[in-house]
Amino acid sequence: MGKRVGMEVSIAAAEAVKQVDVDVISAYPITPQTHIVEHLSELVANGELDADFVPVESEHTALSVCMGSEATGARSFTCTSSQGLALMSELTYITSALRLPIVMILANRTLSGPLSIWNDHSDVMSIRDCGWIQIFTENGQDVYDQVFCAYKMAEKREVLFPVIINMDGFTLSHVIEPIELIDQEKIDAFLPPYDPLYRLHPDRPITMGAFALPSIFAETKQAHEVALRASAPHIVDTWKAFGEMSGRHYTPIETYKAEDAETLLVTMGSFGETASVAVDMMRQEGRSVGLMKIRLWRPFPFEDFKKAALRAKNLVVIDRAVSVGGPGGPVASELKAALFGENQRPMVYDFVAGISGRDVSPSDYVKMVDKAEIEIEEGNKEGFEIYGVRG
Amino acid sequence: MTKPESEWTWKELTVGNVVLEPGNASQYRTGDWKTLIPILDKERCVHCGLCYIFCPDMAYSLNPEGYFIVDAYYCKGCGICAKECPTGAIKMVVEEEK
Repeated sequence: MGKRVGMEVSIAAAEAVKQVDVDVISAYPITPQTHIVEHLSELVANGELDADFVPVESEHTALSVCMGSEATGARSFTCTSSQGLALMSELTYITSALRLPIVMILANRTLSGPLSIWNDHSDVMSIRDCGWIQIFTENGQDVYDQVFCAYKMAEKREVLFPVIINMDGFTLSHVIEPIELIDQEKIDAFLPPYDPLYRLHPDRPITMGAFALPSIFAETKQAHEVALRASAPHIVDTWKAFGEMSGRHYTPIETYKAEDAETLLVTMGSFGETASVAVDMMRQEGRSVGLMKIRLWRPFPFEDFKKAALRAKNLVVIDRAVSVGGPGGPVASELKAALFGENQRPMVYDFVAGISGRDVSPSDYVKMVDKAEIEIEEGNKEGFEIYGVRG
Repeated sequence: MTKPESEWTWKELTVGNVVLEPGNASQYRTGDWKTLIPILDKERCVHCGLCYIFCPDMAYSLNPEGYFIVDAYYCKGCGICAKECPTGAIKMVVEEEK
């Protein structure tokens, strides 16, 4: 068993990036991602990590640099938040189309405006359809572990997709947690050196990023769609192998006291921890409430989700972003769509909660479950609200 | 490329749509963009090669008789050759009427 230490989650994330022995890091500092890249910069400057740290003038360039380096076969890493992700967004679609297995940690932060630095998921939801593998993490250990898993799954020949590891800004990034570090020999055995399928090399010229005419574009999108869906079993296999190595097991959908629950809270990211406390509180009162945590957002695990959801009467979904003028929060609207074909399906009540870092305590989850159960009982089939708004 | 890309199925694409064969942009037929095509009056041609030099698509090449001849497969019909020709030997005409 590795050493268990108290460590800021951002530092633990950076240490994991060191342990996977990346070749190139390119990033631009933005709150709350800053500590990750600052620490990586120190590790490179101190000679503890043999990598090129490429400081750039923008996030647009940060991902561009990583695409270039990854295309030559160099294991590459970038990291951003919020406005930084918005600035690199056009490249995100290209990265996945080129099938470059870059790993990015996204310290989730509100997209302005109004200007805000705090946590929610509006940044990643703005690039929901960018075609990357997208994972949400619950705590510091999870973030540290997912760095190894992300490179392992991304670089598999059957996968070859970039991965976003979402970690809630501040809630995770700036918090000191006990982290069990994994011995380097174990990491080296788990993650072999990157062996690219294609790479840019002057001795064997190839073209990456060629123009596609209308006569071929739809075929490229079909190939992308099929390949990303087909990566799901390899993601699961990666987590299985990681579990065997570390003793910590991850799955696309995780549940807590859900088997017999009439009402399921549904969360993504760090809210799962608080929600599990709320579930315990409600269980003590004899209420039939459980929790579902979505870890794998893309490719979306439809079967796993349905398996857990169809046992319940009500889903109380906690969204962390608003689709303004649309169907409510993005998670709830997707879950409703996933359930639409089922004859017997649970009702879905959608709360957008904790946007831009507003605290959501265990008692808030209890209030949300109370409200949702009453509303559903009274026949409200389109339940959606931004929780806790005054007035 | 063994067949036109309009006949490729999605299953035949390389991972990441990587193009493994160098130089195949020459197979891209830009000639079907044009409405006008240059025609050469050989009587007035002085073999200066300005059409060849100015052509943005490198559609001109020297034939064995010493004339620079446009390749309709690539010519987009921009008319730069006709504009630059110092003797007025090149005229742009509507393609169907040539």
